[in-house]
Amino acid sequence: MSYAKLTREQIAARIARDIPEGAYVNLGIGMPTLVGNHLPKDREIFLHSENGILGMGPAPAAGLEDMDLINAGKEPVTLLTGGAYFHHTDSFAMMRGRHLDIAVLGAFQVSVSGDLANWSTGGDAIPAVGGAMDLAVGAKNVWVMMEHLTKTGESKIVERCTYPLTGIGVVKRIYTDLAVIDITPRGLVASQLLPGLTFEELHRLTGIPVLPSGARAAA
Amino acid sequence: MIDKILPSVEAALADVGDGSTVLIGGFGGAGVPEELIDALIAQGARELTIVNNNAGNAEFGVAALLKAGRVRKIVCSYPRTADSYLFEALYRAGKVELELVPQGTLSERMRAAGAGIGAFYTPTGYGTDLAKGKETRMIDGRGHVLEHPIRGDVALVKAERGDRWGNLVYRKSARNFGPTMASAAKCTIAQVYEIVELGALDPECIVTPGIFVTRVVKVPRKKTTAVPAEAAA
Repeated sequence: MSYAKLTREQIAARIARDIPEGAYVNLGIGMPTLVGNHLPKDREIFLHSENGILGMGPAPAAGLEDMDLINAGKEPVTLLTGGAYFHHTDSFAMMRGRHLDIAVLGAFQVSVSGDLANWSTGGDAIPAVGGAMDLAVGAKNVWVMMEHLTKTGESKIVERCTYPLTGIGVVKRIYTDLAVIDITPRGLVASQLLPGLTFEELHRLTGIPVLPSGARAAA
Repeated sequence: MIDKILPSVEAALADVGDGSTVLIGGFGGAGVPEELIDALIAQGARELTIVNNNAGNAEFGVAALLKAGRVRKIVCSYPRTADSYLFEALYRAGKVELELVPQGTLSERMRAAGAGIGAFYTPTGYGTDLAKGKETRMIDGRGHVLEHPIRGDVALVKAERGDRWGNLVYRKSARNFGPTMASAAKCTIAQVYEIVELGALDPECIVTPGIFVTRVVKVPRKKTTAVPAEAAA
């Protein structure tokens, strides 16, 4: 059978559905920012921005941009009624002090034990880390949003990360364009596979055993 | 009478010495004390260590300091942006040193300096390249990295308004590193758009109390918003 991979917007919509009412959430720069477009309108969810905003709202209408009110990606945003501003050290206390319920982050690689590599591909690039390491160790739940495979077809879910680490054993769940994968003590547990995608095919593409959700470990 | 207000950015920066560590507020374009940075370039201090979240954009702010050849070292979390070409060229030519610090650790190291903390352990960065060579310790079963304070000789911060005692309030996300940097330097210089009478700032809402501020200087307001009524409020 054939299957169509999820678009980035579709992955974002999946993640947004799983964010509960009342959650304090940080959406990483890049792909995870898309999740903000899909948050259910009937839930109150608090978006946090590392540069000192809680209750961050969507982008302003054209002409109403205020460059004193920007997100972590330095794009203009708005503040919801009830939102708050605070300084950087308080903002990172929220991140590092286990106050955020969920951080959604992009990744280059995630290991079977939840190691995250998302800040550097090594090599010659100018190194830049921003708040990635703070979110990785500080949020109660780190969810990764990424394409399952690299452009050349290699799995981004790996036994051991080969790119520089952001944090050790920090990722709990991975949303890819093929499935949702929980990192558990008994290994990778997948659910919400694309229609037409079998566990055998997912295993083959990932190169690592993937258990069906609800399945028991082999005796 | 205590009056921390100086007549010009030039007067406020007159005594910054060569080799100083200068904490500079701002995140992206918000909260960057551009007028103070321009005055620091004109003032001429050299061999500076600059602590800022970024390493400058295009040829403004910290990038202009780099271009003028005044910077020996940058301590920051995110030097790579779409238009950080000045930093990149100097870094690749070995003309500026980079200390890359996770953003929360950067902020907390300055908080530690301001709060008189000798050093602290944090899980951030444990097991990564950025913890290489640093002392580590297991606390409650979790790896931690020992981090030391960053003290500034000078802090340059941008606030919205201030009074002659140095009390400050900020505007929206332009607050960012300002309050922490103000506490972490021997001499904190704040540029403000408005100087108000003592008592005009609500004591319940003062963000940086004057004890952390050495000098205040007024600069002309730039248009930061497309909503003039809001900016004038």
